Amino acid sequence: MKIAITSTGKTLDSQVDQRFGRAAYFIVVETETMGFSVLENESVAAAGGAGITSAKAVIDAGAEAVLTGNCGPNAQRTLSAAAVKLYTGATGTIEEAIELFKNGKLTEATSPNVDAHFGIDK
Amino acid sequence: MSYNFVIAIASGKGGTGKTTIATNLAYVASDLGQKVQYLDCDVEEPNGHIFLKPQITGSQEITVDVPQVDPEKCTACGKCGEICQYSAIICIKEHVLTFEQLCHSCGGCFRICPADAIDAKPLKIGDIEFGKTGDINFVSGRLQIGNVRTPALIKEVKKHIKQDHLTIIDVPPGTSCPVVEAVKGVDFVLLVTEPTPFGLNDLRLAVELANEMNLPFDVVINRYGIGNEEVEKYCKAENIDIVMKLPDDRRIAEAYSSGKMIIEQLPEYKNYFLNLLKEIESRI
Repeated sequence: MKIAITSTGKTLDSQVDQRFGRAAYFIVVETETMGFSVLENESVAAAGGAGITSAKAVIDAGAEAVLTGNCGPNAQRTLSAAAVKLYTGATGTIEEAIELFKNGKLTEATSPNVDAHFGIDK
Repeated sequence: MSYNFVIAIASGKGGTGKTTIATNLAYVASDLGQKVQYLDCDVEEPNGHIFLKPQITGSQEITVDVPQVDPEKCTACGKCGEICQYSAIICIKEHVLTFEQLCHSCGGCFRICPADAIDAKPLKIGDIEFGKTGDINFVSGRLQIGNVRTPALIKEVKKHIKQDHLTIIDVPPGTSCPVVEAVKGVDFVLLVTEPTPFGLNDLRLAVELANEMNLPFDVVINRYGIGNEEVEKYCKAENIDIVMKLPDDRRIAEAYSSGKMIIEQLPEYKNYFLNLLKEIESRI
């Protein structure tokens, strides 16, 4: 299964970025093989609509699930239109977050857990 | 003498006294028998009505067009999302999503849709109220709470400028898009500041904006006597005229905080505004 994790860096030992729309990177991991690719987030400094364009980027990358710290309403709505599952509350390194996910320790979010613009100036 | 120009009362910093200057200036001009209109373009927080206490005679609801997609006609080609610079419309797999609050009503998606599946839907962004204070024509925009289309509403308020009137525009604070929209095309700008480091910092920004837009302007120093002399030194160095220095007078603050006009409450200040009007006129 392909999942996208918001990341502060480009490696599996980077910390999970707590922001979705304005995360520094998205690490897209194939959970069976642990092979991964790094997507630089082009929306990180967007004037607005960062959650929507970030969601589109991970959808286009083929992700079936997103692991992140926090996710606002526009991103959540966009992900859900593509039936991408959303897991908020992920912490630690990318590797640790994947482990938690694999062991069923993360709960799927069906609504945004923060308001719009949460990730600005964070 | 009949005045029929448009003056914008702006500032960089908020709370320097734009509304105080704008309303009192409107008042003295009207008192002279001029045809005057006051336009409150500070649509995010209009407060001119508190001082002018107009009798409201009418209002107008302002809407902008946002996209509404007909899923029957939509082929999910994605062109609407590609043209939108604000992510207000986006095609995700077989669905087109719209985010109305992000839309800038450019009309790009309506036009590019090859299936003619996008219609314009009106979205209310605010109201404009009309009224009278004595002989002063009063026009005031009020942005809908939660809406961010400030410049669009300001543009609508300015459509009510009457060519044969002296028009006084109360501009929002700052130097961003709403201010640009409010001062665009006016004949003269008054930059109201206070003699403090904050006042000076934001005055510099406002001066840059006025220069960039090729607008003639002068400076008014409000609460003169507080702070320091840096604003005056700056204006001198930049060859900017200071056309009025309104003293820091506790009674002015008291009048303001009870919603009263300075010149009604403290007639000794009437000459300040008469002179200000003359100064402006000599510059146009």
